[in-house]
Amino acid sequence: MAEPLLRLESVGYRYPGADREALDAISLEVAEGEFVLVAGISGSGKSTLLRAGSGLVPHFFGGRLAGRVTVSGMDTRRHGPAEVARVASSLFQDPEAQVVMSSVAAEISLPLEARGQSGAAVTRAVEETALALGVADLLERDTQTLSGGELQRVALAAALVTQPALLLLDEPTSQLDPVAGDELVSQLRRLNEEWGTSVLLAEQRIERCLSAADRVLAFERGRIVWDGTPREFVVWAAAHAPALTPPAARMFSLAGLRPLPVGVKDARAALRRSPPVPEAEEPRAESPRRRRFGRFRRGRAALAVERLWVEFDDGSPAGHAALRGVDLRVDPGEMIALLGRNGAGKSTLLRTCAGLVRPARGRVEAAGDVALLLQSPSDYLVHERVAEELPRASASAVLEELGLLGVSDRDPRDLSGGERQRLALGIVLAGRGIGGGSPPAVVALDEPTRGLDWEKKAALAERLHDLAEQGAAVVTATHDVEFAAALASRCVLLGKGTVMADGPTRQVLSGGRYFATEVARVFWPARGIVRPEEGAARLVAEAQEEAVPA
Amino acid sequence: MIGVPTYRRTGSALHAARTGVGIAYCGALTLPAFLFESPLVLAGSLAAVLATAACARVGGELARAAALAVPLALLVTVINPIVSQQGLTVLVDGPIVPVLGNVDVTLEALVYGAVAGLRVLVVVLGFALYSACVDPDRVLRLAGRVAPRSALTVSLATRSVPLLGRDARRMAEAYTLRAGARPAVHVRERVARAATLTRALGAGALERSVELAAALEVRGYGTLARFPASRAPWSRHDIAFGLATLVISAVCVIAFVTDLASFEPYPLLHMAAGPGDIAFAAALPLLAIAPFRARRAARG
Repeated sequence: MAEPLLRLESVGYRYPGADREALDAISLEVAEGEFVLVAGISGSGKSTLLRAGSGLVPHFFGGRLAGRVTVSGMDTRRHGPAEVARVASSLFQDPEAQVVMSSVAAEISLPLEARGQSGAAVTRAVEETALALGVADLLERDTQTLSGGELQRVALAAALVTQPALLLLDEPTSQLDPVAGDELVSQLRRLNEEWGTSVLLAEQRIERCLSAADRVLAFERGRIVWDGTPREFVVWAAAHAPALTPPAARMFSLAGLRPLPVGVKDARAALRRSPPVPEAEEPRAESPRRRRFGRFRRGRAALAVERLWVEFDDGSPAGHAALRGVDLRVDPGEMIALLGRNGAGKSTLLRTCAGLVRPARGRVEAAGDVALLLQSPSDYLVHERVAEELPRASASAVLEELGLLGVSDRDPRDLSGGERQRLALGIVLAGRGIGGGSPPAVVALDEPTRGLDWEKKAALAERLHDLAEQGAAVVTATHDVEFAAALASRCVLLGKGTVMADGPTRQVLSGGRYFATEVARVFWPARGIVRPEEGAARLVAEAQEEAVPA
Repeated sequence: MIGVPTYRRTGSALHAARTGVGIAYCGALTLPAFLFESPLVLAGSLAAVLATAACARVGGELARAAALAVPLALLVTVINPIVSQQGLTVLVDGPIVPVLGNVDVTLEALVYGAVAGLRVLVVVLGFALYSACVDPDRVLRLAGRVAPRSALTVSLATRSVPLLGRDARRMAEAYTLRAGARPAVHVRERVARAATLTRALGAGALERSVELAAALEVRGYGTLARFPASRAPWSRHDIAFGLATLVISAVCVIAFVTDLASFEPYPLLHMAAGPGDIAFAAALPLLAIAPFRARRAARG
């Protein structure tokens, strides 16, 4: 039998200074050509597994390693990351922190040149890899001019140009819009099928890659709690780990339908066997919680944007128009989601509303303060203790409300991603909606769910609902359509600086193929159903209709 | 960002020249600043750098560097007459200060300060020209033939400068968005805020550098081999800029050896300004732009 590409034998690992094991008695084999999805909430051990596979654990991070990790027969205790890199390439979340060179061609060719290769062999490998990943037209571009999605594909190309047998990916789609994220996963599947590259992919948004995987590992507190095929996984997850259940499977589960689907294709095939789903009625009764906000929707707008035009100097004579005549009205207590591709103008719109960007034309009028939470919570962390980040008068109340009292004396940069995000929200809203006080007229958030697991997103949504109930208009720019569906009553889809769609969440998120939830894609082209609960209700109703004799 | 010029692809003849030639050419343009003190020659050298920047279409990059270099040059100009008591033409009869003694300001010291400032300006702008016109990736490859790890370190440091600039802008914005944030009015408040943000920027840079180091490890850059030598034939740009580099360097060395364009600041100002001296200074910008002209002539 062939030697597995990656083998972990009773591996335990604890980071320096940590109070528990990040990996706890893990035994695992990944065979050549396997596509393995690693699922689990934040802090469950997904990233540590990948670090162990790349040799970064323990060589780079230190700590205490028990058991044995071998990559293509190399024991990672004796062979460091540089040697392991000949077989296994890694890709991390943040493309900015992985790119070394200033031009794309140089970035992709560097790993080969660093191995002493030159001339035609390098040129051919760069060309082929660039073509395979759809970045051939970027080869002459400066890496500083690339979007996040483009940069991540370039980083992937640099990781693949040496033709590694194993690819280790740590949430590579977390910063990408739905289009770029889907493209990246498709490319990974194609590389896996055509090049035979084994893939070990850790992801929070499971629905995006479950159907591409051959096998799923579920992690919990450093242990593998499930190892099986995607089809078996959804059954297990529906029963034991609702947070890891993809929306389509959750919908089937809620409706009592079996077997549970792995993805959209599967779900549609199952539904084809049932009578076609009729066009859903236009927005049905809203959930009780959402209906309560209706009392604010009268009178003056919380935020009114009229014919907003914003231009940036990009070196060209005409400049770059980031927003082109955008109109938007948000009422007090309303929760809206801004969607769109990277560079569509979402962040610029929020920044202009908060007064950080001066518009070239148009008007922004808010009924009061506009509080803005920027994309990176780390940008708010400027002090040496968590408590010092907050105004003294409200610090205790804010920390208590955010569940951060226990870490008030720690350095903010030692906090986890979820804790940082909560702290940043506290910094922006201290004494005005969090830890007492009234919320500002508008609470704007730019990609607040980046790197958060399902549970933390749900907690954030709950907090935002509370702010809306107090009368704040909540405007959230996000790539996460499932979060948008769970959070917002209205969605605005931006494209190239203009509003492409603006309407109830159910309409907008079921009106396209990319900016649509998994449930909406299952029911496509029928419209109006975007959340698992809505889909399940529809399926149950239809089943009951069928059961009634004519 | 002020003072931080970055590489900009403009497709100019200088950008097309091979790396070694580009570096040597930029070095030759600043050579007079190291060999001569004559304001005439330094002005010629400055004109050469600026004319080259214009021909290479990187004037904006140099303007950014000038925003840092000009105040620095002025500072040098002002400091010299305070600390230097040489020269016979007293402009200001200053007081006697403990340690420094009599702080008279002399014309000679002021002019020599200006000369020193001009030298600083030429060197900084010459470096800015190099940064804007010579591809750092190709510099890495060139240096990587000798010391690959050091070259990679320098390349990363170069790339991190604009990233730091972006981080600083984002953090400053985030600071204004904090609950209860109010604009810093007094100088003391501004200094305190700047100190806080600078410390945070450093912490953020350290965090990023750890991530980057991990990325470099898993790409196998820890065991870098020496980069292979390029065997590309010399293009007409390589030849034109290579020749210009040789001629400028030769002219400077000959002028230096023959004591052309001499300058004595003390005790009284003396600057050679004969036809030969003027011709030498004027030749510098003309020789600098000659390779660009050669390209146009070749185009027809």
